[in-house]
Amino acid sequence: MGRYDSPAALTALVQPHQVHRDIYTDHEVFQQEMKHLFANAWVFVGHESQTPNKGDYFSTHIGTQPVIQVRHSTGDIHVLLNRCPHKGTKIVIDRQGNTGKFFRCPYHAWSFKTDGCLLAIPLKKGYQDTGLEETDSGKGMRSVGDVKNYRGFIFARLAEEGMSFEEFFGESLSSLDNMVDRSPAGRLEVVGPPLRYMHHCNWKMLVENQTDTCHPMVAHESSAGTAVKLYEEMGLPKDAPKPPAMEIIAPFMSPYEFFEGMGIRTWPNGHGHTGVNHSIHSDYSAIPGYFEALCASYGEEKAKAILDENRHNTVYFPNIMIKGPIQQLRVFIPIAADRTVVESYIYRLVDAPDELTARTAMYNRMINAPTSIVGHDDLEMYERAQEGLMVDGLEWVNIQRLIEENEDFEVEAVENGTTERQMRNQFHAWVKFMTMGQKAEAAE
Amino acid sequence: MTVTRESLIDFIYDEVRMLDEGRYTEWLNLWLPDGHYWMPLDYQQKDPINETSLMYEDMFMLKLRVERLNGARTFSQKPKSRCHHVIQRPYVDEMDMDAGRFKTTTFMHYVETRLDEQQLLAVTARHELALVEGALRIANKRVDIVNCDAAFRNIQLLP
Repeated sequence: MGRYDSPAALTALVQPHQVHRDIYTDHEVFQQEMKHLFANAWVFVGHESQTPNKGDYFSTHIGTQPVIQVRHSTGDIHVLLNRCPHKGTKIVIDRQGNTGKFFRCPYHAWSFKTDGCLLAIPLKKGYQDTGLEETDSGKGMRSVGDVKNYRGFIFARLAEEGMSFEEFFGESLSSLDNMVDRSPAGRLEVVGPPLRYMHHCNWKMLVENQTDTCHPMVAHESSAGTAVKLYEEMGLPKDAPKPPAMEIIAPFMSPYEFFEGMGIRTWPNGHGHTGVNHSIHSDYSAIPGYFEALCASYGEEKAKAILDENRHNTVYFPNIMIKGPIQQLRVFIPIAADRTVVESYIYRLVDAPDELTARTAMYNRMINAPTSIVGHDDLEMYERAQEGLMVDGLEWVNIQRLIEENEDFEVEAVENGTTERQMRNQFHAWVKFMTMGQKAEAAE
Repeated sequence: MTVTRESLIDFIYDEVRMLDEGRYTEWLNLWLPDGHYWMPLDYQQKDPINETSLMYEDMFMLKLRVERLNGARTFSQKPKSRCHHVIQRPYVDEMDMDAGRFKTTTFMHYVETRLDEQQLLAVTARHELALVEGALRIANKRVDIVNCDAAFRNIQLLP
């Protein structure tokens, strides 16, 4: 019996205005997250353009579970656990490739159709009358509980039973819709490999930071503030083109009032976004030909409505963030209680001018690369927190900024842009999905 | 000056020494104003603009990077990182004396350290150099990290 193997013990880690540090530092809590939270929630896997042809596969993780996203012979995408049902060997080791019509384990050549079904075993007579078909090993590669391809984005639920995709995401899908609608063709394509960035901190610190609007002007003063200072020293005329870095980095120095006015919206099940009214992406320069291309596809009214949304960061609980206006997706992959790999992907808007992709690529490298002067200070904050949380006797992390009495996270809300409501919303959902099914079992 | 193979090789050695000794103002002065420091993300990447790179920085970004290192509120540089290059003798790949343009390839081990961490990167640096007003300058620099697809920790200084 461990300290955290009961729903009651896990629930006690979250109070309305604070959460216990074990949520970030305790190995057993982490194991419970992998077992329950990452099994019950719908977790991002990949984009369909990463596996465009039949037999194309892409390997990644759902929580700590190795999985394969593969395009089956019927054209639809399956998500399989990356383990041979025979001895456990990972079926694919490389990050992507094409397996043809079937997977073949490199150890004993058991083979499987691309939907996971057992195809053949060499010298199969050795299993005759042994009852292999009754075992898990005889049933082929295991699939995840459920898969959804939503406008090209592949999500999966590990658990066999649970909440539907539609109920889990609800109205929050409007952010993904806006990102995809920005393509005149209504379609995105992944661009290159993701940035991969190793953090020695808990995955939730990164997720919380996505809607933390009181840190940019403080933690990023050294990059954004210095950029503004250098630009002013250049003494360029006001109408001269600004260095590209000014458009991308300088808005991080916006004052508190800017972030307060930008607004935060929260949705049920832990999703939410900053930038309801405006955001740091609002003032990007127009790209010639883009608006015209959108109008041709959607008509002027809808084209305007699409571009009027300037949502900043949308968090999809538990572990991704998207930026609709620049077609970026970051996935915070948990490795251990104090280890997280961040992968930052960008997408091309099909049929839109290349300059938009160039700006997105620029944002990705300037802000989210291991070589980024903005990323450096974020990582420093997370890791200082991970170490500071080891202080005994002061064991709670505060999340009560702009808290209200009896907050109801099962309804959508729009609040002041510096509220920590979205962090509270995430922890409400954390308890919900950590204890889901366990409560039901206890009640039976 | 007359550019020789020897002077090109010396230039590369002098540049990494500047970086190791933190003489960044001097280092920035090596660059031509329209130069770019490119560190690709993908193996054998061809396009620095329309794909993600680790770095693709113009002089404004490089100045910003250098200026930031010395800022009072540069939290990730308290304490400061240190770096160390071990380089092979550079290959001189192109010598166009008439145009005053030169290309070199240099294999190096780059070590960066801060607090208890130290990381070693094996990199290939490709320099485009130009003879301008009697001095060699950096027109462009491309740095490929051998394990570019690995998940990196902070890389805060410059290979």
